[in-house]
Amino acid sequence: MNEANNLFAALIELADDHLVLGHRLSEWCGHAPTLEEDLALPNLALDLLGTARQLYASAGEIEGLGRDEDQLAYHRDEREFRNCLLVEQPNGDFAFTVLRQFYFSAFMKEYWRQATASANALIRGIAGRAANEASYHTRYASEWTIRLGDGTDESRARMHAAIEDLHRYTGELFASSEAARSCEKANLLPWRATMRDEWTKTSKRVFSEARLSYPECEFFLAGGRQGKHGECLGHMLAEMQYLQRSYPGANW
Amino acid sequence: MLRLRRVEILTESTPLWEVFIRPRNGLAHKHVGSLHAADAEMALIGARNAYTRRGEGNSIWVVASIDISSSDPDKSSEDFDSALTKAYRHPTFYNVPDGVENL
Repeated sequence: MNEANNLFAALIELADDHLVLGHRLSEWCGHAPTLEEDLALPNLALDLLGTARQLYASAGEIEGLGRDEDQLAYHRDEREFRNCLLVEQPNGDFAFTVLRQFYFSAFMKEYWRQATASANALIRGIAGRAANEASYHTRYASEWTIRLGDGTDESRARMHAAIEDLHRYTGELFASSEAARSCEKANLLPWRATMRDEWTKTSKRVFSEARLSYPECEFFLAGGRQGKHGECLGHMLAEMQYLQRSYPGANW
Repeated sequence: MLRLRRVEILTESTPLWEVFIRPRNGLAHKHVGSLHAADAEMALIGARNAYTRRGEGNSIWVVASIDISSSDPDKSSEDFDSALTKAYRHPTFYNVPDGVENL
């Protein structure tokens, strides 16, 4: 694979992460536990969707086959999606959604910060705003994690259940696909593996403030970067892509 | 002074907060609405999503609604009516020099 192919593949991984998590958050719209969260979660979703659009548009440009952001988002099948497994996990309860957001945002905050020094101007252009947004998302999710963890017996039990379920998906954040590694070597994208220290430090600090014990997890699940997803992603894409598949090119 | 009744504005775990936004530097924070939140930090986080999504400002204040004291609506005549007859307190007898915008 040449450099353009690698960069295209690596940008699709990032774009899919943002689109899939953004869509998951948008599923809360009209269903969140309070009016405040009903505004907050879709607001976070729109931040992620905005980043996904820029990433798809850049990827399409680099690919040079005329595919635009809509074609990349709506006309690829489940096995062609390259998002990590963490972001596709169904919403569960509010604690589950908050923890999933915390794990992802705490990683992306550092990732985008470092990406502002990329050798590629397109990536630098996306990274500045995305870093700001990821930083806010981390604050939102950290504060909720602390209040739920150190809240009532009920909220605490739910945070524990969420950790039990989600922590095993976090290992995949630090693993780079072949395409991503080649971009990392070319200083186009930050090294995923180097985020681990900062991410672990942030997680341990927040967990300790939330009086939650940090899990000793030895087995991590992966496969999303090879297109091997859980059953849940197919269901999500069926709903997300329905309109464009039924009426290709539809707009308003 | 009338203290707002606790039962009206306190829910079990998320009391009400009043939100003030400063549209830009140099202007005062202005009341824009309220929201429920567990504490001040969460109220600030919530206000960002509820009240600044369209670029409304660059600074947020939140104040617990319970800490706001209000004048008594039943005493509004004795509080305010006497000002109505004192037109000379309005600076309408001066000519505003050209170029002064924020008077």
